[in-house]
Amino acid sequence: MNLLESIKMALKSIKGNKLRSFLTMLGIIIGVASVITLVSVGQGSSQSVTEEIGSLGTTLLTLGVTDTESVQLKEDMLEQFEDLNGISEVAPIVSGRVLAKNGESSTQVSITGTTSSYLSVRDLSLSQGRFISDMDHELRQKIVVLGSDTAETLFPRTNPVGESIQIDGVSFKVVGVLEAVGSSLGTSGDNVIIAPLSTTQRVTANTTIGTIYLKTEDEDMVSLAKLQIQGVMTTLFPNLSDAYSISSQDDLMETMSSVSDTMTLMLGGIASISLLVGGIGVMNIMLVSVSERTKEIGIRKAIGANRKSILIQFLIEAVVLSTIGGFIGVVFGLGISKSIEIFSSMNISYSPSVTLLAFLFAFAIGIIFGIFPANKASKLNPIQALRHE
Amino acid sequence: MAKPIIEIKNMTKSYELGGETVHALQEVSLQINEGDFISIIGPSGSGKSTFMNMIGCLDKPDSGEYLLDGKNVASMKDNELASIRNVKIGFIFQNFNLLNKLSAIENVELPLVYRGMGVKDRRETAYSSLEMVGLNGRQHHLPTQLSGGQQQRVAIARALAGKPSVLLADEPTGALDSKTSKEVLELLKELNKNGHIIILITHDLEVAREAKRIVRIHDGQLYENGGDWFELAGIHQDGPKEYQRQ
Repeated sequence: MNLLESIKMALKSIKGNKLRSFLTMLGIIIGVASVITLVSVGQGSSQSVTEEIGSLGTTLLTLGVTDTESVQLKEDMLEQFEDLNGISEVAPIVSGRVLAKNGESSTQVSITGTTSSYLSVRDLSLSQGRFISDMDHELRQKIVVLGSDTAETLFPRTNPVGESIQIDGVSFKVVGVLEAVGSSLGTSGDNVIIAPLSTTQRVTANTTIGTIYLKTEDEDMVSLAKLQIQGVMTTLFPNLSDAYSISSQDDLMETMSSVSDTMTLMLGGIASISLLVGGIGVMNIMLVSVSERTKEIGIRKAIGANRKSILIQFLIEAVVLSTIGGFIGVVFGLGISKSIEIFSSMNISYSPSVTLLAFLFAFAIGIIFGIFPANKASKLNPIQALRHE
Repeated sequence: MAKPIIEIKNMTKSYELGGETVHALQEVSLQINEGDFISIIGPSGSGKSTFMNMIGCLDKPDSGEYLLDGKNVASMKDNELASIRNVKIGFIFQNFNLLNKLSAIENVELPLVYRGMGVKDRRETAYSSLEMVGLNGRQHHLPTQLSGGQQQRVAIARALAGKPSVLLADEPTGALDSKTSKEVLELLKELNKNGHIIILITHDLEVAREAKRIVRIHDGQLYENGGDWFELAGIHQDGPKEYQRQ
């Protein structure tokens, strides 16, 4: 008996029991679809994180202070960083959260106090007006540059440049609006206010610089610059290396992608368990089918079916069930990920290899969980099987 | 002299049933020749079914020899037995044993499928064997859409499709009324004329008498001329004693 014949026979018996076959397949369908969907979501987010970090530029170094009590960076220390070999620009950051108001509209935003170099260090661009200048910092000008979302919230449908807003009760003049950058690593880059460092220190009553962004001249200088910054920090704050961290974009990228890879693996693993459970469902139904069709097996054996033909018949039935299930699952999985992409802002990354793998896994499950019932069927004694009612 | 097709020598078979050993066959010997139409008669529990399973290669004897076409079946493996059932023996059952989800023609084709025959060839063969049993125009009916007699004809056609040398009929008329029984028996007789060996297993003397040769099986022993024994006179000879030994 050839394979095509067996597949036809299997399809016939699957068609004969439509509802049951569908319910059996459902386990496989859900399993395959969830593997595909969850892995695409996981890989999509991992990809978007990598892209975001990459878009910030690979020449960026971030010096972040975790313990502002013991490590108090002051403005006069910045020169030591600027003088370092290979560092082209330094942007200190003082940040806080403030309430910004314009007439009736108000919003809670994060304020970033910085210097003129921030724009180029962070690769930002302006949609209107100008950025903070060094003069503004020196003169403690009460001016602000708005992120695009903040501008939209405070000045709906009007041009904010030249207008003024209230920040914690103090009036600031808007001089520019940033181009939208989207959210990055969970924080929105558009829902911000940027003000001169000196002014911000006063508004937030916080003189300590929490973060310094440093831009190196080129990518080759990153590791050297990192070491030098480490050196400066050790001289400034000996024995306090736990209170701050220096990271390049590569470090960040590595950390983030390892986090999201782990997440993807976990999601895929959980989904695989449901696929496995679906396989057990296939085995269960095949066992029921074998005992239901004992008489049929007896007849087939009596007219000359050998053990192999019976084994193949039931095995192929299980494989066809799970393969059809796998195929429907692939269609569903791709459909669900596509609709997630359309209806939510999540980034989805299709992976043909994972799709194929999920499909093959479903196929393999058909074989693994089909072999036991099929073997049972093939071992039936024809005399007893014939007598079975 | 006719060529022996089936030669059974000193076949024994026993099995456990509820902790007791039942000697279903004790040193049974039988020779069936080409062109034979033999009926095996016996009451239930006589070992008749066990003997049929042996002849039909569904089971293997404990000891003894079973030569089918000169080959010893007793020592064959499961797969070889399966192919013998496929090629040499056609089964006809009391309750037809058709697959209810397959149409008449697909049922008839089934033994050919297991033989590995191509789609076109086996459809033709199945057609002609359905024709032979007089079921033209009903090829695509499901067994449930056919009468008992028609179903038995489909079963006979299935047994014939493989062109086996031996047709093994186990109570083929058991589930049929007397008129259709007669028709089925006529069909078997005709097949016998065409050269098939027919082995008819029954408990009904009337049916058994249709055969050329009758053997009786009782308590695991085989007796030739079973028909005579069942004559009224025969029962008084050793019948009661026979039963009391049990």
